[in-house]
Amino acid sequence: MAVIIDRNTRAIVQGITGSQGQFHTGQMLAFGTNIVGGVNFKKAGQQVQGVPVFATVHEAVEKTGANASVMFVPAPGVKDAAFEAIHAGIKVLVLIPEHVPTQETMEIMAYAKRHGVRVIGPNTFGIISPGEKCKLGIMPNHIYKPGPVGIVARSGTLSYEIAFNLSNAGLGQTTVIGMGGDRVIGTNFVDALELFNADPATEAIVMVGEIGGIQEELAAEYIKQHVRKPVVAYLAGKSAPPGKRMGHAGAIIEGNRGTYQSKVEALTAAGVKVAALPWEIVDLVREALK
Amino acid sequence: MKLYEYLAKQMFAEHGVPTGNGILCTTPEEAEEAARKIGPCAIKAQVLVGGRGKAGGIKLANTPEEARERAREILGMNLKGYIVDKVLVDPQIKIEKEYYVSITLDGMAKKPLVMASEYGGVEIESVPHDKIVFEHIDIETGLLPFQAREIARKINLTGDLADQFVRILTGLYQAFRKYDAELVEINPLALTDGGTRLIAADGRFNVEDDALFRHPEFPRVEEGTELEKKVRAIGLAFVQLDGDIAVMANGAGMAMGTLDTLAYYGGRPANFLDAGGGSGVEPTAQAFDALLGTKPKAIFVNIFGGITRCDLVAEAIVQVKKAKGIDVPLVVRMVGTNDVRGREILAEAGIQAYTDMGEAAKAAVEAAYGKGA
Repeated sequence: MAVIIDRNTRAIVQGITGSQGQFHTGQMLAFGTNIVGGVNFKKAGQQVQGVPVFATVHEAVEKTGANASVMFVPAPGVKDAAFEAIHAGIKVLVLIPEHVPTQETMEIMAYAKRHGVRVIGPNTFGIISPGEKCKLGIMPNHIYKPGPVGIVARSGTLSYEIAFNLSNAGLGQTTVIGMGGDRVIGTNFVDALELFNADPATEAIVMVGEIGGIQEELAAEYIKQHVRKPVVAYLAGKSAPPGKRMGHAGAIIEGNRGTYQSKVEALTAAGVKVAALPWEIVDLVREALK
Repeated sequence: MKLYEYLAKQMFAEHGVPTGNGILCTTPEEAEEAARKIGPCAIKAQVLVGGRGKAGGIKLANTPEEARERAREILGMNLKGYIVDKVLVDPQIKIEKEYYVSITLDGMAKKPLVMASEYGGVEIESVPHDKIVFEHIDIETGLLPFQAREIARKINLTGDLADQFVRILTGLYQAFRKYDAELVEINPLALTDGGTRLIAADGRFNVEDDALFRHPEFPRVEEGTELEKKVRAIGLAFVQLDGDIAVMANGAGMAMGTLDTLAYYGGRPANFLDAGGGSGVEPTAQAFDALLGTKPKAIFVNIFGGITRCDLVAEAIVQVKKAKGIDVPLVVRMVGTNDVRGREILAEAGIQAYTDMGEAAKAAVEAAYGKGA
């Protein structure tokens, strides 16, 4: 089992003809993802990696029955492309691009909510379900293994590090969700916890968080009240100075909000074990699964 | 990106928010001329640092000659590292009461958030929570007049002043949307003219960096140290810290995790550097070169290649080594996409690379401070 995506997911790639779109379409196909088409208005009729390119998302949906889209268009075009996908009936939208203006992201989220569309990102590495051979994203294929652990992360590379260590220790994953590093995102910790909690195949949950915002604190509240599966966490940014944006738009300590300490305290109070170093997650998960 | 006060007020005025109609000046003579038109005035340094009043960046003048002298004092001043090259000559106003109003982006609610208070004139953080009105705006419908009226009522504005407030907040929201702001703030929103008129006595306007491509009209103001500006110009996320082990990692989370891991083993990171997703050889080499320029005690490179290709990072490091030499200890950890080739390239240049992050971090700390550090 998996959450959000599975072997029945029929995905299109918006921005399939760009260099990132082409490369990652190849990688997603190699992983086993059912990529049924791509979209580029001017290049309709061509093929990329053996996949047909359609003029619009509507056309792609009509001809392929696509129900998910992964997006590689440049940031200024993301709002238009996202509205197009939602309008055409796509139900899972993975927004890879970074630097989408936040007010536009807000507009996308409002429109998606109205149409019951699940959005992942923006500024995300995507989502992957190893056992279902389905990935919509840019993560390296070889580090994931099927197994009982659900991972939800704000950071890409850091989650690779953790998934890699877990896989090497024989602890595979049900689904790994990249929330994205922006301030406004479609799927957050609470959403992912809810999904993993309800997924019978997920036996333990790993949260990869960081400084900034209050998502981890809200997740702690949710865990206390609803989650009956073990949750472990790693949080980045312990040594970050206040007031500085650490690469991610959301990773900034403002006033007393969003500090490492406040997050650790909230999670610990909710029964979540917090690792001091990324690879310590392996032992915590092993312990939790006993 | 923060806008200067004069630009913030220009944006306000464009949207019907009354300001003091001040005049921007770059010389004492211009300030004198401006004061002739304005009368008694305040000379305000145009810098993007807080607390400029206390630091001597705001001075009052009652005559044109005084305005010239005060402007002469302020222009050229060094305010927390910024040299003042512009002043705003603003009319002096008699303030009866100070209000506060702002609009920000609330990430959790995924909506713009209006904050208003009848206790303005101080930092909003120092106003008790229950003295602030919070109102989310539906981004699809925009700010509706009834919401503005409701906020006016809650901060005890009535009659004509309430009408003025509704117009001000409406204009503020229009400017916020039009210019992709992440913060617009009027503080104080001053009650003046014997309690009959509200005006924006000071203002902040931060345009979101990711939307700047749509707003070429704003002059770019880069913040940060010279080194930060230099590395960011390459297109990489960079923050200078006060330690002595230079750090390069790929991905913001990994870069943060690398700093924390070094600190865990007793290292003092000199910087945060996200060497980026999919950066080519050249920008990576430039960034590495900039790190070398900080004369660290050691350099720690931590790469988990996904979209980033390890072989390209290795080539960049070798390129710098060949061109300039690397005269400080270098510890590289390299796994992920094309890692075998990457480690080969490094080995050929005499650089040994680790695969384990913890071992590598420990080695970097030892390289910097000696064994047993």
